[in-house]
Amino acid sequence: MALLEVRDLRTSFFTDAGEVKAVNGVSFDLDRGKVLGIVGESGSGKSVTVYSIMQILAPAGKIVGGSVKLDGQELVGAGEKVMREVRGNKISIIFQDPMTSLNPTYTIGHQLIEAIMLHTDRNKQQAWDRAVEMLRLVNINEPEKRMKQYPHEHSGGMRQRIMIAMALACEPDILVADEPTTALDVTIQAQILELMQSLQKELGMAIIMITHDLGVVAQMCDEIVVMYAGSYCERGTADEIFYDPRHEYTKGLLRSIPTLDTMGQKLHPITGTPIDLLNLPKGCPFAPRCDNAMKICIRQAAESMDITETHKASCWMNVKAQFDAQQALANAESAVEAAKTAAAEEGGEA
Amino acid sequence: MAEIITTETPLVDVRHLKEYFPINTGFFKTTPLKAVDDVSFTIQRGETLGLVGESGCGKTTVGRTVLHLYEPTDGEVIYDGKPIRTKEDLREYRTKSTMVFQDPYSSLNPRMTVSDIIGEPLDVHHLYSSKEEREQRILELMDRVGLNSEHASRYAHEFSGGQRQRIGIARALAVNPEFIVCDEPVSALDVSIQAQVINMFGELQEEMGLTYLFIAHDLLVVRHISNRIAVMYLGKMVELASADEIYDHPLHPYTKSLISAVPIPDPKIARANKRIPLQGDIPSPLNAPSGCPFRTRCPYAQASCAESMPEFKEVSKDHFVACHRVAEINS
Repeated sequence: MALLEVRDLRTSFFTDAGEVKAVNGVSFDLDRGKVLGIVGESGSGKSVTVYSIMQILAPAGKIVGGSVKLDGQELVGAGEKVMREVRGNKISIIFQDPMTSLNPTYTIGHQLIEAIMLHTDRNKQQAWDRAVEMLRLVNINEPEKRMKQYPHEHSGGMRQRIMIAMALACEPDILVADEPTTALDVTIQAQILELMQSLQKELGMAIIMITHDLGVVAQMCDEIVVMYAGSYCERGTADEIFYDPRHEYTKGLLRSIPTLDTMGQKLHPITGTPIDLLNLPKGCPFAPRCDNAMKICIRQAAESMDITETHKASCWMNVKAQFDAQQALANAESAVEAAKTAAAEEGGEA
Repeated sequence: MAEIITTETPLVDVRHLKEYFPINTGFFKTTPLKAVDDVSFTIQRGETLGLVGESGCGKTTVGRTVLHLYEPTDGEVIYDGKPIRTKEDLREYRTKSTMVFQDPYSSLNPRMTVSDIIGEPLDVHHLYSSKEEREQRILELMDRVGLNSEHASRYAHEFSGGQRQRIGIARALAVNPEFIVCDEPVSALDVSIQAQVINMFGELQEEMGLTYLFIAHDLLVVRHISNRIAVMYLGKMVELASADEIYDHPLHPYTKSLISAVPIPDPKIARANKRIPLQGDIPSPLNAPSGCPFRTRCPYAQASCAESMPEFKEVSKDHFVACHRVAEINS
């Protein structure tokens, strides 16, 4: 059994302008010790997906369907008491912006200890020791001194390390990283990613990594979910997604990034602009921007189809490819039949 | 890529540019923050020079000082063989050089319509003789960057990030410039939109023979668009060479580490990639290290690196590096 099973998760925000379907039927599994990447553009619903799993949505947001099972326990509709146990203890999160996710009016130590004392029965001294140990684990030097300092005394990279220390203090099974390096410089990003990789090996937790940077995904993730406009387009192992993409959006995304081979050439952008979530089209949400859109794409969204055991995609192009292959096979068979009869006739005549 | 005309006089010639900002450090006491400290480079007509570095290294300040948006503390910018000294020089310079800003959300006035935003440079420089001509020119510019004429009377908030950046580019093109400083023009955009805007920069360069100073922190984007790349660290230029040379044979330890840190969007390459990790953070420019600014994070630093600032010198043809130990490290 997978550690986390998400099935057909649907989350909507009820605003004055109408219902915004931010997450529209997302399913995936996460095994112990694996790194799952959720990729998509801004507004594709990747953050809302994990906020729904942890149930930390803004008041206007509600889970309207689907199921989230952690270790077999259903979380949707489980109530606040259960969720309090889950958050921080079993699933913890690091947010995108290390500048604003720490409270500027408390010391680093105060904030670390608060989380530890809330979830374990350690006393203050033990919690302090644990916090120092965690800071040492994320390679912060002079942790005792840092404990007494305030967030503004630290750089972006340091604050993100502190956030990681805080998230890992209660040894969660799953660490959710919501764009953890987007606000950081490349050399600092490399440090943080390296740290996350080594901690993951050491502590054996699973990571859900949300990002729009395909380079980060390629480096970090075992499995990838690609999202567009709240629905999932495709999921599979990193190699399957990068080397054998089966959804037109994934293909377009991979074509549009500059790589080492495209120097001096034109890029192939995806045309048009992302769609308005307030009035989603009836069919495939990507159809209006898709170069290969067919009539059926506009009428009806494709069901998820298994390409391999680990690789699933919802795109009509796969159905078409299958149909074309069958057609080609049938054609070939009838050609062979025709040749056989022709040969038999010739033989008869002679 | 457009043809580069190499002549005796480059289009933009920046010599020993310095930009210091006074910072209050006490009662009646100021300390200069050396945002840009003695930077020199040239850009040929039709060329794209990429400028990369981490946040706070002074790359935006270089862009703004080259355009004289900040008065240089020292050094000068020679444009097309002419130094910019008087107000008249500056006025003329402003009709030939413009800027595209990073953030398409805050660089457009929310109270102005698209046609007013694009028309403002035309008004300032009196570039039309009748109202019809102004109108005509605005529609022409909108068409050039792929905006509909019906968008002219709308306000900036009605557009997506990619479209806003197109408005910003149309505004920059209004004066018919030769030289554009692009300050992180695609950083705020989504991946699929980024490619559209990058292609547009390429097309405009081909059609209009533009010269770019392209500032960015995404090294794959910079490599894609640039002929040559300059790398900055803590207000100083540490390496300058052709785009391929910088990627294939970086010589400065900082450049090496920077390039190895770029996440490559290909799982097999990314897993095999050997990163050269840097220790610690970029120091504050207010108390920069003595001698070589990079020595506090450099894996090859030795005592002599603290004594003097390494000279920015040509080590092979068109490849400039500022490092004391460049010969030893790369042998």
